[in-house]
Amino acid sequence: MMQGSRERLLNQIRAIEFTTLELNLFLNSHPDNQQALRDFNNGVRQLKALKNEYERRFGPLVNFGFGYSRCPWQWINEPWPWEADSNRGCY
Amino acid sequence: MWLYEKKLQYPVNIKKPNYKLGAAILNQFGGPDGELAASLRYLSQRPSMPIPEAKAMLNDIGTEELAHFEMIQAMVHQLMKDEPIEKIAADGATSVYYTDHGRATWPGTGTGVPWTAAYIQSKGDPIADIYENMAAEQKARATYEYLIDLADDPDVIDPLRWLREREVVHFQRFGEIMNKLYEWKDSKKCF
Repeated sequence: MMQGSRERLLNQIRAIEFTTLELNLFLNSHPDNQQALRDFNNGVRQLKALKNEYERRFGPLVNFGFGYSRCPWQWINEPWPWEADSNRGCY
Repeated sequence: MWLYEKKLQYPVNIKKPNYKLGAAILNQFGGPDGELAASLRYLSQRPSMPIPEAKAMLNDIGTEELAHFEMIQAMVHQLMKDEPIEKIAADGATSVYYTDHGRATWPGTGTGVPWTAAYIQSKGDPIADIYENMAAEQKARATYEYLIDLADDPDVIDPLRWLREREVVHFQRFGEIMNKLYEWKDSKKCF
């Protein structure tokens, strides 16, 4: 249950981050494209909200001070991304 | 500097072990057209770029390639982890990789050839470098198609197809940078 909702939230983050990554690369070669820039900034807003929710519930998503941790230190929590069960779960 | 985001860019969830296929996919980890070569190629070339669009593109695609390096690592790890030793031992080629690396992900090919900087070029000539990168993206696309030919597990084919598509997008973006570099060359005034 916990695992399933974590993975569902991660997949939402993946989906939005994929669009912002794609728009970022596109904007690198089309810096004057206003529609792409609007979509990018819109994605940034959604991504920030989703990442805040993730970190509040499951601990830091990014190392080195880009997310808060509760006690005990949550960064070392398993599973790590290369472990299959990090992507498994009941939705 | 770089930060680590504790998630895969695209999920990898392989349930059925296949050590031999893992050894084949390892070529995209540390082989000639693999993700490590791609990342280090682009990141190494960054200072040679004369226009802001090119600097940003090399920086960002070089960074994304590290996320793909990690996806390949996850695939190889999950394919090798639970394979029975009898199956590994029965195959001459895979038992050689097993002898040197067990079930570890090692930055080389599945046949034991170590990663080398000889796979990549950083020439200091922006046109030469971007052509190199466009060729690299096509070679990686072809490699993913060969791996899809070898794979029969949908859990493996799905992320391979996704990675193949990224090569197509990166080729497109480098092509746009190439056009900008030619515009920059044409606009250069000599006094």
